[in-house]
Amino acid sequence: MSPISRGFHRRHDEAEPAGRVPPGQYVTHDFPVLSAGPTPHTPLANWTFSIEGAREPKTWTWQEFQALPAETVTVDIHCVTRWSKLDTVWTGVSLDVLLGAVSYDDPYVLAFCDGGYTTNVPVADLTGGKAWVAYSYDGGPLPSEHGGPARLLVPHLYFWKSAKWVRGLRLREVDAPGFWEMYGYHMYGDPWREQRYAGD
Amino acid sequence: MAGTAVRGRLTWQTATVSSVLDETAKVRTLSLEVPDWAGHRAGQHLDVRLTSEDGYRAERSYSIATAPGEPVAITVERLDNGEVSPYLTEDVRPGDQFEIRGPIGGYFVWDPVDGGPLLLLAGGSGIVPLRAILRHRTREESPVPVRLLYSSRGWADVIYRGELDHHAQGVAVIYTLTRQQPAGWTGYARRVDQQMLSDVAWPAAQAPQAYACGPTSFVESVASGLVALGYPPGRVKTERFGATGS
Repeated sequence: MSPISRGFHRRHDEAEPAGRVPPGQYVTHDFPVLSAGPTPHTPLANWTFSIEGAREPKTWTWQEFQALPAETVTVDIHCVTRWSKLDTVWTGVSLDVLLGAVSYDDPYVLAFCDGGYTTNVPVADLTGGKAWVAYSYDGGPLPSEHGGPARLLVPHLYFWKSAKWVRGLRLREVDAPGFWEMYGYHMYGDPWREQRYAGD
Repeated sequence: MAGTAVRGRLTWQTATVSSVLDETAKVRTLSLEVPDWAGHRAGQHLDVRLTSEDGYRAERSYSIATAPGEPVAITVERLDNGEVSPYLTEDVRPGDQFEIRGPIGGYFVWDPVDGGPLLLLAGGSGIVPLRAILRHRTREESPVPVRLLYSSRGWADVIYRGELDHHAQGVAVIYTLTRQQPAGWTGYARRVDQQMLSDVAWPAAQAPQAYACGPTSFVESVASGLVALGYPPGRVKTERFGATGS
């Protein structure tokens, strides 16, 4: 039984749209930035996206990546720090296209990024039209503080899984924690089940 | 970037406000009594959950303002359009209760064994976790030299000013006041820029450890500025809050 916080009441009259805001979240119209270190700035000429651990490794240059079929999607995103942002518009390459270019059996990936960030996601959460590597936000290039030139976009999981500055995926037979998961955040991170921290 | 795994379930606990202290016109510190607090590290944060009489709940995260071993306290800045911060800064009285869980976060933390020299960069209420680090250093009698560069709008907006004025030996506090300066102010009077950073920052050759906390624009600018001064990105830990303005 939670104690009542004397005198506390809802201040926002604006009702959250039903069924779109997970428990414990509030809608923001800003786009907050959270990262653990400086924003990396990799020149596009040096940028590649790689899939490691498949039967044959696969790497795309920035130019090759831009030539892949792109999709523009409108999705809601949910940060573990409690803000949700509705109807965000992204353009990028579906993970179905990227993972479809290699053959593999492993059920997990560890995404790796410029700056050393990593995060773990089951392959099943990346395929089937659920995830992208996005290089455009709201009609323009993805700003570096939001993960540009390209970030993972896995909108059905808490947004720390949508790794900024992503440079590739490492296929893994066994699930292993990434950066925030090592510091006690949840291994899977479903916002609708409020899986914020280990044990939630 | 490997760290110590923090495991185990975080459960909600009842916190009782033991005292409130106005730090500035918009910022208040709440000291909390938490009977089963497991302890925290300097730089960590916690989650607050408020419950209204009609069952409405709101949750937010706040940096812990105190050192390990001290009673838990949070320092909250009132955001005018906020829902939780106006309550915590205006309505809460000693004896009031709400729920917390934590500690959370194991990356933006410092212990004496992590060494230094330490460069702390604070923008506005970004000072809160850095104050926990300073207090921890003092309590542990760490000799690690510290430079704190603290950017505020005006003198009246400086949080923990009395405490920072009586800082421990080996700690240099450098203020910059970006909007309003008191008469006779001889310190910096502009946003942190590359010149100020190179004046204040330990040379990269001394292998300093930097912690930057503040609004996104502040953190973006100082973190990339330190990298330009030769700091390895892995030695620049950041914690950001606030909108990007986009």
